[in-house]
Amino acid sequence: MDIKDGIGRLVGLAMAGKSPWGDKGTGGDKPEGTPVPDKGTAPPDGAPSGAPEDKPKAKGPRNPWLPPADEPRRSASIEDIFKNRGPEGPRRIGGGGPSFRLPERPGGKSWFPVAIAAIVAVGLSVSMVHQIGTTEQGIVTTFGKYTKTLDPGFRITLPWPIQQVDVEEVSEFRSEQIPEGSAQKLMLTGDQNLVDLSYNVRWSIKDLKQFRFQLADPEGTLRDVAEAAMRASVAQKRLNDVLSGSGRADIEQSVMQRMQAILDSYRSGIKVQGVQIRKTDPPKEVEEAFKDVSAAQQDADAEVNRAEAYAQQILARAQGDAASFDKIYAQYKLAPEVTKRRLYYETMERVLRQNDKTVIEAPGVQSYLPLPELKRGAPTTAAPAGGQ
Amino acid sequence: MGGFWHTHRTSLFAVAAAIVVLMMTLIVVPERQQAVITRGGEPVAVINRFKPNVPFGETGAGIWYRVPGVDSVTYIDKRVMDVDMEPQTVLSTDQLRLNVDAYARYRIIDPVKMVQTARNQETVESQLSSILSSVVRQELGRRSFASLLTAERGTTMANIRNLLDAQARKYGAQVIDVRIKRADLPDGTPLDSAFRRMQSARQQEAATLRAQGQKNGQIIRAEAEAQAAKIYAEAYGKDPQFYDFYRAMQSYDTTFAPDSKTSSTIILSPDNEYLKQFRGKP
Repeated sequence: MDIKDGIGRLVGLAMAGKSPWGDKGTGGDKPEGTPVPDKGTAPPDGAPSGAPEDKPKAKGPRNPWLPPADEPRRSASIEDIFKNRGPEGPRRIGGGGPSFRLPERPGGKSWFPVAIAAIVAVGLSVSMVHQIGTTEQGIVTTFGKYTKTLDPGFRITLPWPIQQVDVEEVSEFRSEQIPEGSAQKLMLTGDQNLVDLSYNVRWSIKDLKQFRFQLADPEGTLRDVAEAAMRASVAQKRLNDVLSGSGRADIEQSVMQRMQAILDSYRSGIKVQGVQIRKTDPPKEVEEAFKDVSAAQQDADAEVNRAEAYAQQILARAQGDAASFDKIYAQYKLAPEVTKRRLYYETMERVLRQNDKTVIEAPGVQSYLPLPELKRGAPTTAAPAGGQ
Repeated sequence: MGGFWHTHRTSLFAVAAAIVVLMMTLIVVPERQQAVITRGGEPVAVINRFKPNVPFGETGAGIWYRVPGVDSVTYIDKRVMDVDMEPQTVLSTDQLRLNVDAYARYRIIDPVKMVQTARNQETVESQLSSILSSVVRQELGRRSFASLLTAERGTTMANIRNLLDAQARKYGAQVIDVRIKRADLPDGTPLDSAFRRMQSARQQEAATLRAQGQKNGQIIRAEAEAQAAKIYAEAYGKDPQFYDFYRAMQSYDTTFAPDSKTSSTIILSPDNEYLKQFRGKP
């Protein structure tokens, strides 16, 4: 309908020059003439729209008035401006078509069906062509039923309502930290001690369809399984083994194996890539006591060091004494009596020169020790040598 | 276009009606669900029912039909689901308390039975959860505390699983696994006494280490002294009498040294050996 009207208008404009009112019309008159050709062209076209038929009716009463009015031009031209746009107005309401006018295809047909077709084509290609990334895989379901797994690349499936594709990261390692946050998490060890332990689990998907369809909550399951496996492994170790490096490596290994076994028994499609214990600490309530143990080790080492120093001293001293004795003794052997005397006198000299001496000459004379005198000289002791 | 509408109006209506009827008739059962079709309350078919070891794609998932208005469809999860239990305090045979948190994994293997006995999955889950708590309490209460922590857990868990599975079968469910997620000492006295025990164990270790250090030190000192004695004996043993003299001289020097704390007064008898010449006697 639009097309026909459009053509009608074109024809009308073309015929405007031959309008019977051509004498009056110069520039603005042209549109004024349109109703007449319109009237002429519309019937052959058989247009169902009432708009072209209305125009002559509206024009009809006015035209006869034109000759008497001297200046109908202005009012006429304004009306014409409206009229020029007018035909579109009714059509908009009446036609109910798009609010904008599509340019026409060559051949006079609308682009509308083409546009619809293009939109459908784009929609189809979006739901049919899937790009699967390098680390991804896609699950294709046909009406909910598993059909196939898509590998990386551009892949084509049937469109949306029939087949659906669910793309998931597969080969990339994911990491799960347990516990989340830095709160203390105590575990019981085999010797009924407690240890504060945190770890993380790295995993990836080894079978996407199992991962998608087998478990209701794969991530939650992974966490639960990790917890159970870790506690079971820690409960088989003694506290000191858990705290030591080699014990940790053992635990990591056994947790990984346990987890994989459990997850395989669930057919979860999850591959555990590794378990890392991030920290194993004694609970903070008893941390002081643990620190005291290492302090005690230091103390013990210090004690041994001191003893060794003493040992070195005493040995060196003994060796020195022995060596000096040997030297003297060698000389003594050469002249025993003289050497002995010499040593005796030299020693006595040294000793007696530096001390107070009293020589009591007469034997049998009762002698009194001058105690005040002695006290003055030597406040505490008096050493009798040789006897009175 | 209008002409098309006029001429094909009836067929268009027919197509629309057919689509509506199809949509009411056809149902899509996804791979992760199973569907029970009941006709007036009577189960007539199960779609995509769980069967072990059937690969995905051949399980019967996909498009199916029902009689609109007569059949009603109940969808039931086919996947492995989780029963989480409220943490329980378990009293072991040796009267120790342990906070236990366990989980069970189950799946619905008989959806018809499930629909008949429990109606929906929430009911099954809450039922299983309460059964799980009581079974866990019961089974773990027969064990000693130490055995709860160690290898015996394996058989305990199998027992719990079997007991729970027997109950679950009544709901058309199968219990795949039961595991203890956490087994902790309860807060308060048990935890504090555990800390105290750990503390005293460490204190004992520290004391032992220090005592060992002392012991080692003593041994080292004694060995050194013995070594020194040996050296002295070897040297002085060559002439004990000269040693006696020589050492006496050294001793006098040290004893009467001017820097000793007190000065000494020495009273000499004229008979003294040192004064022998002083007296002029030969």
